Amino acid sequence: MDFLVFQYPMITIQACLDGLLLGILFALIAYGMALQWGVMNIINIAQGDLVILGGYIAYFMYLYGIHPAWGVIVSPIIMYFVGIAIYKLVINKVVDRDLFISILATFGISILFMQLMNFAFGADVVLANSGYGTTMLFDNNVVLPNSKIFSAFISIVFAICLVVYMKRSKLGRAIRATAQNARAAKILGVDTEKVYAATFGINAALCGVAGALISITFTIHPYMGLPYTIRSFMIVIVAGLGNLPGVAMSGMGLGIFEEFADYILGTEFRIGSVFLLLVLILVYRRFKLSKKREYLK
Amino acid sequence: MNKNSWILYIGILVFGLVAPFIFPAFKVQLSILCVLIVLATTWNIQGGEMGYNTFGNILFYGLGMYLCASVQVGMFFPLAEWTESGGEKTFVHTPSQFFQGMAAGLVVAAVVPTIVAGLIGYAILGLRGHYFAICTLGLGVAAGEISGGIEIIGAGQGFTTPPFPNIGGLEARGEFFYFLSFGALVLTFIAVRAIYTTRFRLILNAIRDNEDKAEAMGIETMKYKITGWMISAFFCGLAGGIMGGLVGYIDSTDVAFDGREMGVFMVLMAILGGKGTLWGPIIGATLFHFFKEGFWTFFLGWQYVALGVLIVVIVIYFPEGLMGWLREKYPERFGEVVDEADRKAQVELK
Repeated sequence: MDFLVFQYPMITIQACLDGLLLGILFALIAYGMALQWGVMNIINIAQGDLVILGGYIAYFMYLYGIHPAWGVIVSPIIMYFVGIAIYKLVINKVVDRDLFISILATFGISILFMQLMNFAFGADVVLANSGYGTTMLFDNNVVLPNSKIFSAFISIVFAICLVVYMKRSKLGRAIRATAQNARAAKILGVDTEKVYAATFGINAALCGVAGALISITFTIHPYMGLPYTIRSFMIVIVAGLGNLPGVAMSGMGLGIFEEFADYILGTEFRIGSVFLLLVLILVYRRFKLSKKREYLK
Repeated sequence: MNKNSWILYIGILVFGLVAPFIFPAFKVQLSILCVLIVLATTWNIQGGEMGYNTFGNILFYGLGMYLCASVQVGMFFPLAEWTESGGEKTFVHTPSQFFQGMAAGLVVAAVVPTIVAGLIGYAILGLRGHYFAICTLGLGVAAGEISGGIEIIGAGQGFTTPPFPNIGGLEARGEFFYFLSFGALVLTFIAVRAIYTTRFRLILNAIRDNEDKAEAMGIETMKYKITGWMISAFFCGLAGGIMGGLVGYIDSTDVAFDGREMGVFMVLMAILGGKGTLWGPIIGATLFHFFKEGFWTFFLGWQYVALGVLIVVIVIYFPEGLMGWLREKYPERFGEVVDEADRKAQVELK
């Protein structure tokens, strides 16, 4: 443990800004999770693996000489169809079943993806170099890679586009109707099967965007998926379903928490502290609710 | 208990006792099978009987593994220097030291996880459904990540458990661990079977079926949930301790807190066999072990792909498991009264 981070204000600012930019990315992934959870009542453990797969798409574009930033356009398009395929093969069979069944089935998908990516892309930690340079702030004391700023900006753009799409388009309306009451929506002529498929596809596309951004900003590795799932789950339970500003806020909060945990506890405890935070949040909510004799539903 | 089941039990016991001599090449596999059965059976207390689907029993398994090895080393030698030296054996256990250490280690490995389960049980078991599942998943992974950062138990480079003393070579080692794990299996089976004949099982089933109503009926559900979890933790810790000695090497995320393998395996085995039954997890674990060894032998490299597909297929197509399928097919054998006319009508409907 060392508390150097609090003694030098510049390090504090650095950690906060890093965390903020990282948190915006987390919020984007969590948004996808909230979407499918709200609409289909599915918790997708493979969420993080979809992110990593999206990242590899951008990485491969980089390997073939295309600038990886174009990944944010290409990756969601490919991932949308991957998402639809997963829905048609697996998810549509578990949609109205017990939640644990969906957790376990997506866990299986997660293991499958992890290993397939390991075969296809190798077990190395890779990074798509965007060559964007860095921005220096406060007399060169705070260093921000431009790629982080770029990724946060793109995340915000995509999130806003999606919110507008959900509000304005016909499909968006159908998705919202299905989320409120699937049966009533069906009676009123909404093809819920199509809506589910589209929702899962949109979620996968969001993961694709986030993955492409992560491959530019940070690193990707086939086995790094599960922490992203847990982060997005945590953000969603803190914010609540359908609370978009809450998702953004708690995403940034989580990002800042992680940066500070990294400085204080050391990098080897970073992932561990994320998982422990999840447990603590759940336990805290459980005690808070049990005072009213309720429980998390 | 009727005469037939006695014959069955004694037959299995005798088979278990002579198995390592009939199949001397498969001693390690048989020991692993025993451990897997213990894990599946104890998972079933949570997931099957109580309806609390946990991914977190791996926590107790890993904890037991580390504790057993630490006690076994720490009783005679400085632990920090042992882990520092890694694979190089600067300290050697004499046979009596090894067995004493193992015995003490197994006791600690069983008792401490039980206490841990009791302590965290009140907080964790208040969660329900998928929140409980995800929370325990987080707990298992967090334990793996954190233990991977602790220096005294080997941190990232792993922890070599004391090697088997130089008496009788590999044969004796295999037999020792086989009988240890078979003993754990017998102990678990007797305990679980005894539990399942009492009111305790009915209460667990009531919690599974409707916890609010069970509470309204005056059952202190939390007390029973914690007790159930502690029983699981006891046997998981024991199994972990044995497995640590058997594998001979403990790594935080790949062996001990291996949520991606063992943590899912125990769930899968119980589901494959049929959760909520006594024999389901045992049959499931046996079948699964064959599957797994087959995958690991014939699809080497692709085993996780096959495993992922297997999980998805089992979960989607056999969520009730083998016992559930049998139960649907032959309900009379499970003590359910079937109206013959009703059954015919159902067949016609199909």
